[in-house]
Amino acid sequence: MGGFNPAVKLEERIRQALNDEFLRNAVKFTTGRLRSSKQQAAEQMGNWEEWRERGRQIRLHTIAHLDYYLNQFVQNLREAGGYVHFASTAQEAVEIAMQIMEEKQAKSVVKSKSMVSEELHLNDAMAAKGIEPVETDLGEYIIQLAGETPSHILAPAIHKNRQQIADLFSEIGGEKLPADTAVLAGFARSQLREKFLQADIGMTGCNFAIAESGSFVLFSNEGNARMCSTVPRTQITLMGMERIIPSWEDLEVMAAILPRAATGQKLTVYMSAINGPKRAADGDGPDELHVIILDNGRSQQLGDPEFQEVLNCIRCGACLNACPVYRHIGGHAYGWVYSGPIGAVLTPLLNEDQDQWGEVANASSLCGACYEACPVKIPLHDMLVYLRRRNVEAGRTDATERLGMKTYKVAVSSQRFYQLALKLGQFGQKPLARNGEITAKVGPLEAWNRLRVAPALAKKSFRDSWKELDMELQHELVELKPETKARMEAILRKRGNSHEN
Amino acid sequence: MKVSLFATCLSDAFYPRVTEAMARLLARYGIRLDFPSAQTCCGQPAFNSGYWDEAKGAALQLIDAFADSDFVIAPSGSCIGMIHHHYPSLFKDDPAGLAKARALAEKSYEFTQFLVNVLDVKDVGAKFPHRVTYHPSCHGARLLGVKDEPLELLQHVHGLELLPLPFAEDCCGFGGTFSIKLSEVSAAMVTEKAEHVIDTQAEVLVGLDMGCLMNIGGRLRHQGTSIRVMHLAELLYEGVCRADGRI
Ligand code: SF4
Repeated sequence: MGGFNPAVKLEERIRQALNDEFLRNAVKFTTGRLRSSKQQAAEQMGNWEEWRERGRQIRLHTIAHLDYYLNQFVQNLREAGGYVHFASTAQEAVEIAMQIMEEKQAKSVVKSKSMVSEELHLNDAMAAKGIEPVETDLGEYIIQLAGETPSHILAPAIHKNRQQIADLFSEIGGEKLPADTAVLAGFARSQLREKFLQADIGMTGCNFAIAESGSFVLFSNEGNARMCSTVPRTQITLMGMERIIPSWEDLEVMAAILPRAATGQKLTVYMSAINGPKRAADGDGPDELHVIILDNGRSQQLGDPEFQEVLNCIRCGACLNACPVYRHIGGHAYGWVYSGPIGAVLTPLLNEDQDQWGEVANASSLCGACYEACPVKIPLHDMLVYLRRRNVEAGRTDATERLGMKTYKVAVSSQRFYQLALKLGQFGQKPLARNGEITAKVGPLEAWNRLRVAPALAKKSFRDSWKELDMELQHELVELKPETKARMEAILRKRGNSHEN
Repeated sequence: MKVSLFATCLSDAFYPRVTEAMARLLARYGIRLDFPSAQTCCGQPAFNSGYWDEAKGAALQLIDAFADSDFVIAPSGSCIGMIHHHYPSLFKDDPAGLAKARALAEKSYEFTQFLVNVLDVKDVGAKFPHRVTYHPSCHGARLLGVKDEPLELLQHVHGLELLPLPFAEDCCGFGGTFSIKLSEVSAAMVTEKAEHVIDTQAEVLVGLDMGCLMNIGGRLRHQGTSIRVMHLAELLYEGVCRADGRI
């Protein structure tokens, strides 16, 4: 299951993932590790909740004034000699990038990790023009060799185990390599070293763009982003338009929470800040620096009270690691570039074709683990419900479900119909129920009962037994303790007061 | 003071013993209870699936049913969470409805919240000499913030050995209509949850939400284990009866 195949529906993609034992074990193992490291890091840091709130406030403020900070960033970067390009769609961004590459007559481009590049499917566009894209992040390098797409926004090859990677590298290297992390990383390093020296262009993503100075900052654990931004003569940086923060002071907060949320690291191993192209006194850096700022559906979320906060995302991946659905199906099943809970929200929001992508919002049990994990407190679990409502409003749900919900409404909107429905159910289940259970795989119970036993409706509902119970309880009722009574009355008074105020 | 039982549709129809245990337990503290029979469902199945108009039908019915109540108590963090967390968005364009929804939220309590925070009871005087593991349901714990209350209650039960559940905070895969719509992931999730429960070697699995317990319990039954699945209200009430020498 390499990339995306539009003919395959969500349910089928999920089925394929569930049948892939390697994938499930690899994803469980790594997300489990990341999760517990994160938890430890948050505990060690102390006041994690306050840090989250601080992070959230910074992001809320930035996105609320995005036009202002974006302008400031662009002006400052232009003053420093950088070229800035705006792309409103993915296609535009690809055209801009390709034009720069063609102008430079580039034959090879070394790339550090960029989810925007994945969003643009830039490697395919480059390959079509005979330009070699070289992924230099180890995870990206692995999936590029395997001809796949990333299945995690931070750990692109999370779905592969060490043995699978060793096999892949052995094939390329023409010798049998052991499944040993150090050996495998060493192999990739030796393969990539040459590529760095030959590359015409270095391409990077962007973790944070700092408005007050027109700089941008790259977080990496392998140092490859630094190589991409110092060795080649030309640099292209891709960024989503929401990647901005106002100041260096804000970066302090982000640099503290992002790595901790992502991997449990106190700091990322390499943090490079780029202030523009090489100046006369600089020892290294590109002669020419281009920054492509991508909209691609993002600005549509601005001003939408339900979705604006999705732009607060700092792409840490913590919600993926926390998600019990992701844990079982990995990233490819979501179908597009971004996966996990943030992907289930972004995919319908950033893509136009809702018949195709609207259903991705269903890939969640709404447990809220994503929200709890998110270092900037994005209410992803609520957004998923809003997206489902959009599907319903646009008539994109199936007819049986719609009928079911109509019936539900009738039953729950009136006591009489509700009681009637109960009676009908109690009567109708008679041939199926035994000892309070139903095991037959019929109707809506088919899927449920394949792995579970369903409860039968009680012979006597609570409402039907209440009268008797009430009499019994009244009979035995002890006196309410005065202090309890006082406490309850105080609560009522407090409520009354808060209403008057 | 009017203290009302909100049975929740699931316990009303499938698990009346749970609401009954809750009522019997509360009555021991001198709480005079009533059961407004106009109550139906909180609307969550429709709401979570995106059918807000249908969910509103349920919400209005519930708001009306409890209009005169001073306290509303339910054996479910999920349904109370729905009222607290989601009713405001359901009525966001309807100021009159919103005010009523807020008023209901203000007086609605999940069972352990009411017991621990309002009645100030941590030790119900129960005796339950068994190995027990606890599954914290997602909505109760995360939407409503009910985390310590059930543990406090359990810690005070005599003879009870509380065994930590690995990956306790992971969702069991129920998710209402999720379990039907994406049944295969849901099944994978509940299978793993049931394995974790079995690994603890507990005799009893206890929780605060019958949706989740129906799911995990249904899986445990299907696997043929003898682990008993109970709502905390049932466990506490049974424990009280045992302490009293009634069983
Ligand atoms: S939504 Fe939150 S947790 Fe998920 S990737 Fe974005 S910032 Fe991280």
